[in-house]
Amino acid sequence: MTYSYFPGCTLKTRAKDLDRWGHAAMEALGIELQELPEWQCCGAVYPIARDEIALRLSSVRALATARDLGQPLVTLCSACHHVIKRVNGDMQRDETIRDRANTYLQLDKPYEGEATVLHYLEVLRDAVGFDKLKEKVVKPLTGRKIGAYYGCLLLRPSAEMAFDDPENPTILEDFLRAIGAEPVIYAQRNECCGGYVTLEKRDFAKKRVAAIEDNAAALGAEALVTACPLCMYNLRENGNGMPVYYFTELLAEALGLKEVEA
Amino acid sequence: MQRIGVFVCWCGSNIAATVDVEAVSQALSHEAGVVFSTNYQYMCSQAGQEMIQAAIHEHRLTGVVICSCSPRMHENTFRKTCERAGINPYMVEIANIREQCSWIHKDKAVGTEKAIILGRAAIAKVLLNAPLTAGTSPVTKRALVIGGGIAGIQTALDIADAGFEVDIVEKEPTIGGKMTQIDKTFPTLDCAACILTPKMVDAAQNEKIKIYAYSQVEAVKGFVGNFTVTIRRKARYVDEEKCTGCGLCTEKCPQKKVPNAFNLGLDTRRAIYIPFAQAVPKIATIDADYCTMLKTGKCGVCSKVCTAGAIDYHQQDTLIEEHYGAIVVATGYNPIQLDQFDEFAYSHSPDVVTSLELERLMNAAGPTGGTLLRPSDKTHPHTLVFVQCVGSRCDGGEKGKPYCSKICCMYTAKHAMLIREKYPDTEVYVFYIDVRTPGKNFDEFYRRAVEEYGVHYIKGMVGKVTPQNGKLYVQAADLLGGQQLKIEADMVVLAAAIEPDKSARPLATMLTASMDTNDFFTEAHPKLRPVESPTAGIFLSGACQGPKDIPETVAQAGAAASKVIGLLVKDHLVCNPCVAESNELMCNGCSACEKVCPYGAITYIDKEFRGPNRTTLLRRIAQVNPAVCQGCGACTVACPSGAMDLKGFSNGQIMAEVDAICR
Repeated sequence: MTYSYFPGCTLKTRAKDLDRWGHAAMEALGIELQELPEWQCCGAVYPIARDEIALRLSSVRALATARDLGQPLVTLCSACHHVIKRVNGDMQRDETIRDRANTYLQLDKPYEGEATVLHYLEVLRDAVGFDKLKEKVVKPLTGRKIGAYYGCLLLRPSAEMAFDDPENPTILEDFLRAIGAEPVIYAQRNECCGGYVTLEKRDFAKKRVAAIEDNAAALGAEALVTACPLCMYNLRENGNGMPVYYFTELLAEALGLKEVEA
Repeated sequence: MQRIGVFVCWCGSNIAATVDVEAVSQALSHEAGVVFSTNYQYMCSQAGQEMIQAAIHEHRLTGVVICSCSPRMHENTFRKTCERAGINPYMVEIANIREQCSWIHKDKAVGTEKAIILGRAAIAKVLLNAPLTAGTSPVTKRALVIGGGIAGIQTALDIADAGFEVDIVEKEPTIGGKMTQIDKTFPTLDCAACILTPKMVDAAQNEKIKIYAYSQVEAVKGFVGNFTVTIRRKARYVDEEKCTGCGLCTEKCPQKKVPNAFNLGLDTRRAIYIPFAQAVPKIATIDADYCTMLKTGKCGVCSKVCTAGAIDYHQQDTLIEEHYGAIVVATGYNPIQLDQFDEFAYSHSPDVVTSLELERLMNAAGPTGGTLLRPSDKTHPHTLVFVQCVGSRCDGGEKGKPYCSKICCMYTAKHAMLIREKYPDTEVYVFYIDVRTPGKNFDEFYRRAVEEYGVHYIKGMVGKVTPQNGKLYVQAADLLGGQQLKIEADMVVLAAAIEPDKSARPLATMLTASMDTNDFFTEAHPKLRPVESPTAGIFLSGACQGPKDIPETVAQAGAAASKVIGLLVKDHLVCNPCVAESNELMCNGCSACEKVCPYGAITYIDKEFRGPNRTTLLRRIAQVNPAVCQGCGACTVACPSGAMDLKGFSNGQIMAEVDAICR
C-alpha cells in the first residue's frame, strides 16, 4: 500500500524525530509513504476569515498534487493536518472559496476537494489496524504508564476534523495499548497547551503546561506522548521535566527499529 | 339541474372593508346554476342563519355557497343550518374570502375581484357535489394506557373513576416510573414517594384497572373505537399468582453483583429482585442476564427458599390480545446519555453525577441511606458545583438537544437548597445560562435558594472538569463578573437534558401517531387540542408530548382522561363521509395507495369479475375501510390508474374549481 505524504517544514527542521521514525515504522509495517514532489508550507495557521484566499493556496497545491497522483494524502504534524484537512473541507463545501482559489491557481484541472486527507494515526488504526500492529510489536512498552496528549489541533473543530470524540478521544490510548504501554487517561489531555502564546505570554504557557503535567502525573503518568511539534516544543521548553515523546518514536521503539539503528 | 344560493358575509368590516360585498353577490348571481344571491352583515348570526334557511325554502335551493371566513371557523355551523332546512350538509361549500382574501389585501378592487373568483370556484364545486351520509362505528368501552408512570397512573385512575375499564401496560416490573426515583418534589419539598405510592396502590386496588407490568405493546391494529392490541407479557420466571412478595429470594440469591438499575447503578442488587419496597405489583423478577440458573442451569437457590413455590425457570413470554376503544400514550422521558459531554468528566470520575443520581444519593432508601456521600470514597462533600443545561439548548444539532428541558432549573434549585439546609458547612455553586422558573410559587422558590440558603448562582458555563488528587477542578466562566473561575469541588452535578423514552418511536409507528424531530409526540393542535394526537383515538399524557414537571403532567393526564371518557361514553362514532373510495373496475392492484396510506385504511382483496364469454376473472383490488380513512387524499394522488377518489373532494370537483378560477 502506498500513500502520498506531506511532511511539512517543522518535520524537516526541529521535529526530525517525528518524521524519521514515522517513515521507518511505516516501512516496517509494509506501507510506503511517498513524499509529495515540490511540497510547500501548508500555510501554518488555518485562516478563519472566509475571504482570506492566499493563505489557503499552498494547501490547495498539495491537495491538487495528491489528487493527481491518485493516492490518499497522509500528514503527521498536527498543525499541517489541521490546515490541510480544513482547507480540503472548504474546497468541498464552500463554493466561493473554491472558485477564488481555482481562479488564482489556474490548475490544468480545477481542484474541488477530491483528495482524501488522513492523519498518520488514522492509517495506523484503519489501514494497519491496532490489532495487527500489536502482533508486529517486538519490544512492547510493558509497564510504562504514558499519558496521551492530544492538544487542540487534531480534535477541533470536531465536525470538520472528524478525527475522534473531541471531549473523550481514544485513538492515542488505543495506540498506546497496541504497543504494550499503559495509557493514563487524564482530563487535561485535550486542553490547549498554550503553545500559540508561548512567545508573548510565556507565564501563561507555563501555567497551562503545569496544569497538563500535574494532572497527568497525579494519575500516574511517567511521560507524555504527542503528535504535534508545537506542543512538543512548548511542553519541553515550559514544562517541569516530564519526558515528552513523539508517538512515532515510541512506535519505532516498540517495533524494534531504534535498537537496529543503535 | 341544481339550484344554488350564494350568501356573501360582510363579517362586520372584516370582509366588507376590503371587498365590495354587494358587487360580489351581484357578480355571482349570474353564474350558471345560481338562482339566489345576497349579502349580509353577519351570516353566522342567528338572523343570518335564518335568512339562509328562509332562502332554501323560498327558492327550493339544492346547494349553498357561503362566502365568509375559513371553513375551519364556521363550516360546521352552516352545515347544520342547512341540514335543519332539509339540505344534505355536504351540499354546502365555503368560499374563504376573509383569511385568504380580505385580510391579506389592501386594495378593494383587487380584493373584490379575488372574492368573486373564489366564489365562482365554490359554485363550480357545488354543482358536482353529491349528498353524503356519515356512517357509524361502534365503540369498545375500554381504554389502554401505555406507560405506568405518574402520567399513566393518573390517566387510568381518572378513566376508572368515570366507570370505564382501563388497562395499564408498563415495561418495567413495577409501575411508578421516574417519580419513584425522585426524593423530594418542588416547590413544596414533600416526599415524592409519600404522594406517589398511595396512587400506585389505588391503581392496583381499583377493580376497573388492570395492570400489565413487565409487559410491552407488540402490535396495534384497528382504528378509533376499535383497536386490537397485542401485549407481550415478558417472562419474570416467577408465577405472578403465587408470589407473595416476601422478598426472601432477593436476600438469599448468591448473585450479588448486579448493577441496581433503580439506584442508577450506584449500588448492586441480586439477580432476583423487587425494584423497591413499595413496588406495585410487589412480585419478584429474575434478571435473565445475570441469573446463574438461567445461564448455566446450576443454582436454584431462589426456588429452594421460596415457600410459595412461585419460581418457574421455564416461564416463557406470552402474547395476549385485547380490544380497546381509546389508547393513551404515557411513555415519559429519560435523561440523555452523557457520553458526548466528557468535558465534565462524567465517564472518568464517579463524583461527577447526574441530577437523577443525586436524587438517589439523597434518598433514605438510596445506596447511602440518605446521607450525601461522594461515590468515590464515601466521604462528606464540602464543595458542590451544579451545571445546568447539560445537553439542553444546544444549537447546531452536533450534540445535545435544541430545546429547554424545562424541569432542570427547579430541581437544581431544590437540590442546592436541600443540601445547604442539611449540610450548612457546604458551599454550593450553580452555573446557569438563564434561570427559568415560571410556575406557581416557582420563582419564589428559586429566590429562597439564593437569598435564604446562600447558594452561589453564577451566570456562565463550566468548560472543563479535571479530576485530580481526589478533587474536581472546575474551570468556568463568570459572565457577569467578566472573569474565569476555578473551583476546587468535591462533587459536580450535571442537569442532563431529558428526551422521550426510546420506546416512543417504535410505538408511534405502530399507532401511526406523528412525532416531532425530537421524538416527542405531536398534538392535534398545539393550543386547542393539546392532549390528542392527530390520529383519532390516540391521546397523549405527560412528558411523551414535551418536557413537563409533575404538576403539569398530572394536569395533562387528567385532561387526556377526560378526552378518553368523552369518547368512551359514546355508543357509536359518526364517521367522516369524505373518505377515499376505489373504483374497482379501474383498480389495477398495484398497491401504490396501500403504501402511502398513513392510517392503514387500505387493504387488498381478490375479487371475481365477469369476463367475456361467461368466464370469471380473479382480480386483486383495493378496498378502503371508511371507518379508518381520514380523508387525507394521499392515495388519490398516488393512484396511477385514477381509480382512487375522495368523496366530497373528487378529482372532477377539484378540476372544476381550478377551471373556474382560471376562467
